Amino acid sequence: MFKHIMVPIDLAHIDVLEPSLDVVADMAKHYDAKITYVGVTSNTPNSVARTPNEYEQKLDAFAQKRHSVHGQPVTAKAYGSTDPVANLDDILIKAIDELGADLIIMATHLPKKLDAVMPAHGGKVASHTDASVFLVRPH
Amino acid sequence: MEKNTQRPEDDAPSSEGIPAPEGAANLIDTDYVIGQDNITASPMGIDVDLHGKVFIFSSIVILLFVILTLALQDQMEPIFNSMFSFLTTNLGWFFLLGANVFVLLAIVLIFTPMGKVRIGGADAKPDFGYLGWFSMLFAAGMGIGLMFYGVSEPLTHYGTAMGGISAGEDGIRTDWAPLGAAAGDQAGAIDLSMAATIFHWGFHPWGAYAIVGLSLAIFAFNKGLPLTMRSIFYPILGERIWGWPGHVIDILAVFATLFGLTTSLGIGATQAAGGLNYLFGIPDGDTTLVLLILGITIVALGSIMLGVDKGVQRLSQLNMVLAALLLLFVIAVGPTLMIATGVADNLIGYVTHLPALSMPFGREDANFSQGWTAFYWAWWIAWSPFVGMFIARVSRGRTVREFLISVLLVPSMASVVWMTAFGTTAIEQVVNEGITEVQDAALELQLFTMLEYLPLSAITSFVGIVLVIVFFITSSDSGSLVIDSITAGGKVDAPKPQRIFWALIEGALAIALLLGGGLEALQTAALTTGLPFTLVLLVGCYGIVKGLMSEPRTK
Repeated sequence: MFKHIMVPIDLAHIDVLEPSLDVVADMAKHYDAKITYVGVTSNTPNSVARTPNEYEQKLDAFAQKRHSVHGQPVTAKAYGSTDPVANLDDILIKAIDELGADLIIMATHLPKKLDAVMPAHGGKVASHTDASVFLVRPH
Repeated sequence: MEKNTQRPEDDAPSSEGIPAPEGAANLIDTDYVIGQDNITASPMGIDVDLHGKVFIFSSIVILLFVILTLALQDQMEPIFNSMFSFLTTNLGWFFLLGANVFVLLAIVLIFTPMGKVRIGGADAKPDFGYLGWFSMLFAAGMGIGLMFYGVSEPLTHYGTAMGGISAGEDGIRTDWAPLGAAAGDQAGAIDLSMAATIFHWGFHPWGAYAIVGLSLAIFAFNKGLPLTMRSIFYPILGERIWGWPGHVIDILAVFATLFGLTTSLGIGATQAAGGLNYLFGIPDGDTTLVLLILGITIVALGSIMLGVDKGVQRLSQLNMVLAALLLLFVIAVGPTLMIATGVADNLIGYVTHLPALSMPFGREDANFSQGWTAFYWAWWIAWSPFVGMFIARVSRGRTVREFLISVLLVPSMASVVWMTAFGTTAIEQVVNEGITEVQDAALELQLFTMLEYLPLSAITSFVGIVLVIVFFITSSDSGSLVIDSITAGGKVDAPKPQRIFWALIEGALAIALLLGGGLEALQTAALTTGLPFTLVLLVGCYGIVKGLMSEPRTK
């Protein structure tokens, strides 16, 4: 049913992503789908990487590490932005189109009051794409 | 210590060390990890990621400052006043000298081979198109000042220049005229007043912005250091910038930005309220001021949530379009021919008077050179961390030459045209049509009074008020982004609630100080931070040359 799974990755908070990464591995194996790990980074130096190229390299290394866990084909794609916090949703929606992904699996937090003012990224992405979106809550 | 990270021939990312940004660049080798001194927490479900020392220290000092200023207003005011007059009287030469250095360095860099260095690495592509980029440069750089001073400054200088020189019993000049004045000489007074105004809005402010912006951009995008003021000091302080010397520089930058912004919010609200009163008879009391600041803050919040691309950029473009329309309108219905010839005349006048106006030593016109020029220079320099950091952030992918021409020459020319159009129209109204109301009006109302004597004044005055407000929103939102980045240790990807916090603080500060009457104290504080920053910038000049020399140049 699904051929191409897109997985948004925040390299600065890998620990939060753990549950969703397991789901990604299971789903990819079940549907024999390929996976693209997508990262959005600031163009200015940040805690993960001092240059956008370094970020891309780290994302690539991460994808390869995941490949060794689940064995499904992987690619990595990094997007640079002047204001990643504000542009994240738009960039992810653009990435879905560019990659032609049919399933997006992403980690999300538990619902909170603040969502009314600042909606969660997962919900925002789901309401702007035709692809299926799977939001994984923390354990 | 720097290591060369030029990428191999096949353009594939190097497997060793940190790859260059985009194309060849020269990263600084440091073990510092951006955000390593940050505190991350999630109080009440709100994520925060802040540089502990910079955030806590600057927040506490700002809070204390506000409480002291409001509680001890009578005691604090004389202190601030004497501090400010001490600074401009005794150290005016230092501001003038510093500003000259920035302009000269910026011009020299345009013509040296260092102009070929590209911000973000040799192959970096610009993040913004010319129009969006230029609009943001301009809106961040002066915006509101053009609205406030476009009419009032040329008129004031014209008046003092016509008045001629007057001296007290001790032989010290008591007049405020620039240079040797032009007593009774109408053409000479117009020439001098326009030259003096353009001097204050031309190369010198933009020279300071250009140096700060370029230094920050090179040290962040090409050298891989965090986008915060302390990074410029790496060539001098080395790894010590991550300790207290660096904290102090960043804390100073927070003060300068916040005090500068809040003061401007106060001035802008006063002008907008004055305009609304003049136009619609809305009472310009405290309620209107508070509502205006609340309104400006709410729109700024929306803009911050949308971010740089969709918020700040779009508002800046709206500003540009409205400002251009107002400018074209004034040129068309004002004394068109006088304005057209005035642009060339004023440019010649500016260049002719420039050496005398920018001379730091042996000035006879102490009132003018200290009260106007040194005041402005301290003001621009205090603003420079904010403007510099913001324009650095949006300038990746431009070459140094392109950056300097765009930041130095283009806005200066725009100022020449703007000041000529508004100044000439107002002076013409006073001189040829005998409309003295323009000159007699309060400073914040002179623009609206001038517009009243032109056709369609109801529409243009309204556009004027909207412009003042939108310029303020763009200052408030880009300022919040800058303060957030400095207090987050140079991170531009810190959680959103922090930006909102700073925008709210700006609004609250402006309201508190406007109502408490402490706005003048705040203005003095903003200007006082100009002094250490002149030093910071002079050191930055060394840093930028050193940094650029080690960068590979584009072909």
